[in-house]
Amino acid sequence: MADMVNITIDGKNIQAEKGKNLIQVAKENGIFIPSLCYYEHIEPPLGTCRVCTCKINGKFGPACTEKITEGLSVEVNSEELKDTRKALVEMMFAEGNHICPACEKSGNCDLQHMGYELGVSSTRFQHLFKDRIIDFKPSRMVMEHNRCIKCLRCVVDVKTNDGKKVFNYQDRGNETYVGIDYEQEVKLTEEQAINAMKICPTGAIIVRGVSLAAPFGDRKFDMESVQKDYNKKKTTHKNRPPVMGKKIVATVSLAGCFGCHMSLLDIDEDLLDVVELVSFDKSPLTDFKEFTSRCHIGIIEGGVCNSENVETLRKFREHCDVLVALGECSVWGGLPSMRNSIPLSECLEEAYLNSATSEPGASIIPYHEDLPKILDRVYACNEIVKIDYYIPGCPPDANHIWKAVKNILWGEEYSILYSEFKYD
Amino acid sequence: MPADTVQLVEPGQTQMLNQLWELQLKNGFINDNDIRRIAEQFNLATIEVEGVVSFYHFFHRKPTGKYTIYLNNSIVADIKGFNRIKETFERETGAGFGSVDRTGTFGLFLTPCIGLSDQEPSALINFYPFINLNAIRVKDIIHALKNGASPESICDAPADNIRYTPPGDKSIFFKKFIDGKALSNAAMLGADGVIEVLKKTELAGRGGAYFPTWKKWKAAKDQPALPKYVVCNADEGEPGTFKDRVLMNTQAKSLIEGMMICGYAIGAEYGIIYLRGEYRWLKSKLDEAIDEYRKKGLMGKDCGKIKGFDFDIRIQMGAGSYVCGEETALLESLEGKRGEPRTKWFFPVEKGYLQKPTVINNVETFCAAARILEMGTDEYIQMGIPGSPGTKLISVSGDCKLPGIYEIEWGMTVAELLDLCEADDPYYIQVSGPSGECISIKEKYRRISMLDLLARKDIRCGGSFMIFNKQRDLVKVLLNFSEFFKSESCGICTPCRAGNFIIQRKLERLDNGLANEKDLEELKSWSTIMKNTSRCGLGKTATNSLIFSMEKFHEYFHSKLDKDFNGLNLKFDMEAATEEYEKYKI
Repeated sequence: MADMVNITIDGKNIQAEKGKNLIQVAKENGIFIPSLCYYEHIEPPLGTCRVCTCKINGKFGPACTEKITEGLSVEVNSEELKDTRKALVEMMFAEGNHICPACEKSGNCDLQHMGYELGVSSTRFQHLFKDRIIDFKPSRMVMEHNRCIKCLRCVVDVKTNDGKKVFNYQDRGNETYVGIDYEQEVKLTEEQAINAMKICPTGAIIVRGVSLAAPFGDRKFDMESVQKDYNKKKTTHKNRPPVMGKKIVATVSLAGCFGCHMSLLDIDEDLLDVVELVSFDKSPLTDFKEFTSRCHIGIIEGGVCNSENVETLRKFREHCDVLVALGECSVWGGLPSMRNSIPLSECLEEAYLNSATSEPGASIIPYHEDLPKILDRVYACNEIVKIDYYIPGCPPDANHIWKAVKNILWGEEYSILYSEFKYD
Repeated sequence: MPADTVQLVEPGQTQMLNQLWELQLKNGFINDNDIRRIAEQFNLATIEVEGVVSFYHFFHRKPTGKYTIYLNNSIVADIKGFNRIKETFERETGAGFGSVDRTGTFGLFLTPCIGLSDQEPSALINFYPFINLNAIRVKDIIHALKNGASPESICDAPADNIRYTPPGDKSIFFKKFIDGKALSNAAMLGADGVIEVLKKTELAGRGGAYFPTWKKWKAAKDQPALPKYVVCNADEGEPGTFKDRVLMNTQAKSLIEGMMICGYAIGAEYGIIYLRGEYRWLKSKLDEAIDEYRKKGLMGKDCGKIKGFDFDIRIQMGAGSYVCGEETALLESLEGKRGEPRTKWFFPVEKGYLQKPTVINNVETFCAAARILEMGTDEYIQMGIPGSPGTKLISVSGDCKLPGIYEIEWGMTVAELLDLCEADDPYYIQVSGPSGECISIKEKYRRISMLDLLARKDIRCGGSFMIFNKQRDLVKVLLNFSEFFKSESCGICTPCRAGNFIIQRKLERLDNGLANEKDLEELKSWSTIMKNTSRCGLGKTATNSLIFSMEKFHEYFHSKLDKDFNGLNLKFDMEAATEEYEKYKI
């Protein structure tokens, strides 16, 4: 019989096995402590991502490196701690270049999952857009350094049959990346290679020729939250006085694909309500080119990639009481921001001069005073104007949009279901 | 080595750093074949060796020139004319910083503080020190090197600049040291007696953490596992700090004897001095002292005729990494790995070097321990103030007439110290380096002691005062610090690796006049998050000076804000954002 001791988690008395890992004990007792680098069979625990930060005996510390001792007192769900952990996950999104809609691991990605669980709709940090390479040299694998969160799992866990490491940290500081050994990588068995891809909490390690594909909705993290009370979380922004009469809405698509506008239409029969309750001012739906009145709400799709986008966005800020950033591109740059780590000239030359379809010598890079000027990079909307609310997704779920808008316009209480919270 | 030397058997990889150093010094870089050979020798994947090499900034994978020049870019160097010196080096050598000139003669690189803040601007050429540089001197140096002079023959001997010791010949650290006396006193007291003395004299970790030394030694002594190790942390990387440099240059023997006393007290046979790469020029000093001790029979078998007490010391060179000053990162580095701090799963006194009980102390702590045993408890505790007995070494640099080392009695006020060093219109003072606390001149009557943990009343000082006058722009100082932390973070934990980068971006925003009230709040909140969640002291303290300065220089920060902010961010610079595209104008 194991040595049992008494501990408290958020004031709740718990009997637990001495020396056991705190995350494990919390999980067994139905208490959710978010974690990313923690992997049950890796000992000692890695303690790299810090997402499991709690207050342990009054001091901040990661739960994963804590062994159970008699009288241990743990605080998990204070507002401060919840916000701190959320900030850490946001930091990872801001630091890497995580384009969920274009990622093989989407739906099976631990990082994305944590984003959903913690309700990250936008990162408070400006994305860093650091130039990172994709390493195609390994014969078995592709290393997607844009997606790596440096959790150390693969470094510690993946070894060849003669005990040699395949992955190791390289460089340091914000230049740190996980390098792959081309010689050792070849020696991995198929099973070992697939295991490396599986233990990666993001899509940084991809094994060539192995598909992760599962239909949307059936992927690992599509369905249900691990937190029992996830869908009970009510959100309201109560201090907003309800507006009388018909609400006036403006919408626009900047550097976006109109996909978010399409998603707006997906609210099905609720559309009939919308027509009753709302009228549209400047919007692609009305084709009004200019504002005709002040609007209660402005919905922005897409990021800011040219001078015209900047002007339009400023006009929206001036004419709308509330601005909502709709969809990944608007929230932080999204797909168009894939160009942010590449010099503009390289992008333009590739697109207009060196592409397969351009005739050598016959093509130019368009420039005319009537054309909007391309910015040095794609900016998130909140870098240009103040944004009040964010709705993530590519595109955002129609219900998510409609619930958020209803809340903003009429102060209706709402909760976003786990399945309605998506980045892809 | 004499026959009765205690031989330390250390497993393979621990020697890797030394081999890499040899290659780096011999060839100016470490090539692919060498990497493969070393990997084979230690039975590692090449990626692991590459990981180690790329971690330390004195190791290079490309040639670094016949003369490798490292110019210090710390904030103190900056205010002493760093930019001019940088330009002069570039003009004279024909190389740009971060590269080697076409002939492969000169390689120019920047490096954070090299421990010569009292004689800035300074540089290392092939790891030999050159101090108090000015444009003419740089020209002369490059000229001499071009004419075949060796850096060794023309380098400077940095001054010790010991400016102040307690009056009445009461210096604890710098009086004459009698070889072997402290050790024989220790032997008379016995191991428990030594620990008791340290308890009475309240010696605490002088690297800046102030953990009671007796507790650490006792914990190590009580460990049953063998062998045990004594490690001296001589990786003085905190910008603005150079007290250990002076101690090692003048008091190598008290350091050695301090380590031996520790070995005697905890039952260790072997000590290692982890000396930062920047101090390579001090290595011979330490080697000489160690050799002398061996020759005198004070080191080796039955040291100082203490039956059954064998002890020896070796020196391990660091290779350019600030984080290796963190004790567990230092242990990793000693083991020939990347200097990544360990989790706190075990303490070093339980499982330290090679997973064996290890005491790690700062140079000054060992020196103080030796002095305490030499002079006796009673005399020692008469110095300083109750609760904080003894003296403390402080490295003073920046805007003052007399930069250098000040051995002050605990209890001295900031004002007294500023007077002694003839500070020039001090306004902002950075205590204990970038990771420490900053104080405003309004707080000049605070005492310097180790009493107050939260440093609200007294100031606990790790060892340095960097003084800035009113002409210095605080945001520039903070940007220098944040660049330092960004590149010195080991990269293993998220808040430190990403956080320092994020903070730097935000400070740039402030510097460019784009920030508003909300940005200041965010800076404060994000700094706190890093402090609460980082894995080791680096990340936990990287934002200290930012948090403190925002509290203490409130008006200054507000004067930096964009006052017209109305949600439109009108300062967004369209011209700059479209500049690149404009070149396609027909």
